[in-house]
Amino acid sequence: MISRREFLQATAAASAIVTAGGLGPLGRVAAQQKLSQAEILRFDPLGKLTIVHVTDIHAQLMPLYFREPDINLGVGDDRGRPPHLTGQAFRDYFKIASGSAEDYALTHSDFVALAKNYGRMGGMDRIATVINAIRSERGADNVLLLDGGDTWQGSWTTLQTKGQDMVDVMSALKVDAMTSHWEFTLGAERVKEIADKAPFAFLAQNIRSVEWQEPVFKARQTYERGGAKVAVIGQAFPRTPIANPRWMIADWEFGIRENELIKEVADARAEGADIVVLLSHNGFDVDRKLASRVKGIDVILTAHTHDAMPGVLKVGDAILVATGSHGKFVSRIDLDVRDKKVAGFRYKLLPIFSDAIAPDAAMKAMIEKIRAPYAQDLSRELARTESLLYRRGNFNGTYDDLICNAMLKERDAEIALSPGFRWGGTLVPGDAITFESLSNATAMTYPNCYRMEMSGKQLRDILEDVADNIFHPDPYFQGGGDMVRVGGMGYAIDVSKPVNQRISNMTLLKTGQPIDPARNYVVAGWASVNEGTQGPPIWEVVQKHLADVKTVRLEPNASVKVSGA
Amino acid sequence: MSLATNSRREFLKTGSLAMLAAVLAPHMVMAEEADVKAAIEKLYAGKSMASGKIKLDLPQIAENGLVVPVGIEIESPMTDGDYVKAVHIFADGNPLPGVISYKFTPDCGKASASARMRLARTQNIVAVAEMSNGSLFTAKQEVKVTIGGCGG
Repeated sequence: MISRREFLQATAAASAIVTAGGLGPLGRVAAQQKLSQAEILRFDPLGKLTIVHVTDIHAQLMPLYFREPDINLGVGDDRGRPPHLTGQAFRDYFKIASGSAEDYALTHSDFVALAKNYGRMGGMDRIATVINAIRSERGADNVLLLDGGDTWQGSWTTLQTKGQDMVDVMSALKVDAMTSHWEFTLGAERVKEIADKAPFAFLAQNIRSVEWQEPVFKARQTYERGGAKVAVIGQAFPRTPIANPRWMIADWEFGIRENELIKEVADARAEGADIVVLLSHNGFDVDRKLASRVKGIDVILTAHTHDAMPGVLKVGDAILVATGSHGKFVSRIDLDVRDKKVAGFRYKLLPIFSDAIAPDAAMKAMIEKIRAPYAQDLSRELARTESLLYRRGNFNGTYDDLICNAMLKERDAEIALSPGFRWGGTLVPGDAITFESLSNATAMTYPNCYRMEMSGKQLRDILEDVADNIFHPDPYFQGGGDMVRVGGMGYAIDVSKPVNQRISNMTLLKTGQPIDPARNYVVAGWASVNEGTQGPPIWEVVQKHLADVKTVRLEPNASVKVSGA
Repeated sequence: MSLATNSRREFLKTGSLAMLAAVLAPHMVMAEEADVKAAIEKLYAGKSMASGKIKLDLPQIAENGLVVPVGIEIESPMTDGDYVKAVHIFADGNPLPGVISYKFTPDCGKASASARMRLARTQNIVAVAEMSNGSLFTAKQEVKVTIGGCGG
């Protein structure tokens, strides 16, 4: 448990760092309409070693809109603490001006208007420019480039090439090491095939064979950069076999494996590492708890929960970095390593404003080549939206409402269930809904849209189970992701209650009647973790719906009542 | 092929398929905490138990409720005069409370063992160790058995 004292120290530290670094003086620059590549890259260097972190890119080769959540609840010790802040609370904590470039990049506020001002973010060709610039400034031998995973999933091209497009892009970027989560949904064989051949290390200390409890992947690798020996330990998403289909990786066991991690840290130190970096896909709250229990880690590069923070959090001696998702940001941390310790550091979350950063020519050409065979499909216009379509948020998003509506109608169901994924881009009013946008929100290897009967009790059990996965007060019991999205049904949730007491007032919206635990309801859903699930891929269901409606207008969904936050 | 005409057939096919794993048979009677207490009472009637000495190695969340790894290690010498005699493991949410019992002798050298067990739902695992001098130690940990998630 993190004590109150630790919390105050952490808060003070984060604030101090934000003042000193953060996103830098972008707000002022933006006010002067001078959002330039030089300003984004500007960094007062420190020490010899630079670590660059990218994560949760979800195969987004191209710039996109991505609206950060308007609701992102922390529970237990994490209640009201960064990164569980949104809107004004986020601006207050990190000292960000309303309407500034940082505000647009990091919060949901006034998204539509700010999107017009500041444009799309990300793009692997822009990221290449930034990484090349850092390498040329610091010297390539002094820079370590680490990828937190969720890289080979989330786009049509990566689904069609079984992750090869992203493997090629990340290889060209000269990534040193990565860890993983959604990669495993390509299946054990494919992941092994890539990991064995890739020029980067695929690290995961927390995966063992079921039969013999032998390590499946290399746990750690040591790099000599900036005159220091840097040990990097990989931590894959510990709940992969629960959150995603276990049958795809049936011979592997995961888990946090704290004891094994403690041993890896000790071994790394014994083998002469100057500093130890955890390249983690645990999720931010899990890493914060882990940092208070596992000593000897200098830097934790967090991932999974898609949090972006313009400053680091210190827990004990560990520096926690949160780089966001979808290629919106790149983290740079300069470290002054002395006597096997971090004597000082400087951090900046670099926002990848695609209109301000020039694309790297070689990477741009590579991306064009990757996309060419699919260009026709990707650009196909399915409908137009008059509403803001987004996904991220604890309970619902309009893009999910669209998917649920499509399932209710096309699958003739009373209730629709859509998983609470945190990936998938945003569309602003007036945008075309292209097949590319739809596939960014749905492309995955178990997309079948089932239709079946479930009792009211089963529906309740599912909501309770998923809620406990998000709102358990102990982060080690949290699995990440957001609440399952529901169409055709409303409910109330008290996030402060224990499991099986959070959900109440389940109502069938069509009739206004309470959900009867004993009655069966026709339910459509997708992304079932069970093998052999039948039904058309979800993108076909949504495409058909869009062909019918042609124009999407969605009011904010008010069918989930939240309390206890 | 239209989805509407196809859906009834697909519906029939998928009707028996549980969307999420580990849905229990509805009428199965499960053990309760009291049943575990009764089982311990049957072995060691009226004796008091202390905490400590037992290291329970269990996942906090079972990846597969059908095969959950369980390991125990008892901190104790294993000499003729002072050793671990037995370790019993119980589960309070399965049809029967007893999971496994181990007997040790000083020749074992170390009182540790591991096995796999099936867990029907989220429940507590209780271990009781009996030492050669008759003293008892106990440890308890909850294991969460989830019906599925939507991580992402």
